[in-house]
Amino acid sequence: MEQFQIMISPTVRPLMSDSDTAGRASADSAAVSQARRTPAAIPRLQPALMPNEAPGTATPATKVDLRNINFFYGKFQALHDITLPLYDRRVTAFIGPSGCGKSTLLRILNRIYELYPGQVATGEVYLDGINILAPGLDLNRLRAKIGMVFQKPTPFPMSIYDNIAFGIGLYEKLPKSELDDRVESAIRRAALWDEVKHKLRDSGLSLSGGQQQRLCIARAIAIEPEVLLLDEPASALDPISTQRIEELIAELKVDYCIAMVTHNMQQAARSSDYTAFLYLGELIEFDETERIFTHPRVPRTEDYITGRFG
Amino acid sequence: MELYARRRLSNWLVMGLSVAATAFGLLWLVLVLGTLLINGVGAITPSLFTQMTPPPGSSGGLLNAIAGSLAMTLIATLVGTPTGILAGTFLAEYARGSRFGEVVRFVNDILLSAPSIIIGLFVYEAMVIQIGHFSAWAGAMALAIIMIPVIVRTTEDMLRLVPSALREAAAALGAPKWKVVVMITYRAAVQGMVTGVLLAIARISGETAPLLFTALNNQFWSTDLNRPMANLPVVIFQFALSPYADWQVLAWGGALLITAAILVLNITARFVAAWSSFK
Repeated sequence: MEQFQIMISPTVRPLMSDSDTAGRASADSAAVSQARRTPAAIPRLQPALMPNEAPGTATPATKVDLRNINFFYGKFQALHDITLPLYDRRVTAFIGPSGCGKSTLLRILNRIYELYPGQVATGEVYLDGINILAPGLDLNRLRAKIGMVFQKPTPFPMSIYDNIAFGIGLYEKLPKSELDDRVESAIRRAALWDEVKHKLRDSGLSLSGGQQQRLCIARAIAIEPEVLLLDEPASALDPISTQRIEELIAELKVDYCIAMVTHNMQQAARSSDYTAFLYLGELIEFDETERIFTHPRVPRTEDYITGRFG
Repeated sequence: MELYARRRLSNWLVMGLSVAATAFGLLWLVLVLGTLLINGVGAITPSLFTQMTPPPGSSGGLLNAIAGSLAMTLIATLVGTPTGILAGTFLAEYARGSRFGEVVRFVNDILLSAPSIIIGLFVYEAMVIQIGHFSAWAGAMALAIIMIPVIVRTTEDMLRLVPSALREAAAALGAPKWKVVVMITYRAAVQGMVTGVLLAIARISGETAPLLFTALNNQFWSTDLNRPMANLPVVIFQFALSPYADWQVLAWGGALLITAAILVLNITARFVAAWSSFK
């Protein structure tokens, strides 16, 4: 942790310090500066951006702060000036119709999009005050701090045990017994232990879809990340597996900042504390989940969550 | 009803033509293998594996040719496999979408279909002439050059079949690219890659033209890779063309040996490929 921060910057910078924004602004797209100069261009976003906390509840700490995010697939702009916080120990759901940019937004947070040439993000994403979109950042160390689970289960072609140990071994050299403990506790936390404890040496591919997805979650949390990104983690699973995953999310949010993309309105309502509604690459509304689902401020949000479109 | 009858008729017609075409193709295969078997089985004797290639009129075997073929194929495999796999990895993992990668892939495809005699002539010019004599090294190099494009192609194809989600999942854990390639992508593609190498070995084990220009032949037992070395394809070529009946019998025996070896390699490749993605 300390090591990671030192590599990026000797001091933790305040959010959006002037030097920071000025430095990035030149590299930013015209769209960003345009939006900054004329905030009136997106007036409907402003009131919804700062969620109202119920009186008496302490505002949770901001873990990840996205500022003026634009994203481009080549020439196509997939995200327009997205600004929103992700709170620590809370689940934030990204909802919206297909192609609205939910997954894209998630993929910015660990910069996994950079595996593909031609994909560019501008703006800033602060993780504990450090801009992780800044050039020169050690991507592998960043990704080790931000776990990700994908839509389809992606077990590695190796044993269940090795699936978990692979990630741990990347940055830690542990003695065998300690590694065993870490593997076990990760699988336990993913609610998979009882099903696999007798066959840790079997291939990860031999598990059912729901088990594979929990294995992937175990793999992600085994490296003790600080943020967990879930990209439609239950969409390829049956209702029972889905329920287990949702229970798991509820347990994991005690320790993590979780961002989750979902197409399932009920799932967003059940599992998340905050919800961001995206439409055509723009953030339409962001608020507490309860409020989004009971009193959305923007008519389009209501249309979407009530199934009138999308 | 008339429409239905017409369709049934055309169905029978097309089916009949397909079966006839298949039978025509298989007929030649059966004839070739049958002739080989009838003429070659008689030559498979213990002395085939224990004695050297004889002068005309005396008895002998193919030991030096078998050993030479094995040695040169082995060296070619040792040179060609790592080169081919690394180049294939470059194309599939590092040069995706790049112009340079496109060029390399195109050149490799040309090399893949280059007549082997051209490659023999190239090594003749590049090695035999320069060094001043034929040698087993030159033969092995020619075989390796034939082998590399095959392995490059199969390696790239197999690596491309690995879903990018798997690479993303590994990268998302913070794995550096080389670890993703070596520990995840290779693992997922290993059967296909091994199959490719086996098929490449099968491909070079019957090559005659490139060896004719490089390793030439050697009537005696030789383990000196710097000297001409006997090998099955060239011995078959020489003995089959000769007027001596005992040499012709040995040529049949050698041909049967090579065919059997290729058959075994192909069957092994099938087993490796079928050795399930369950690993």
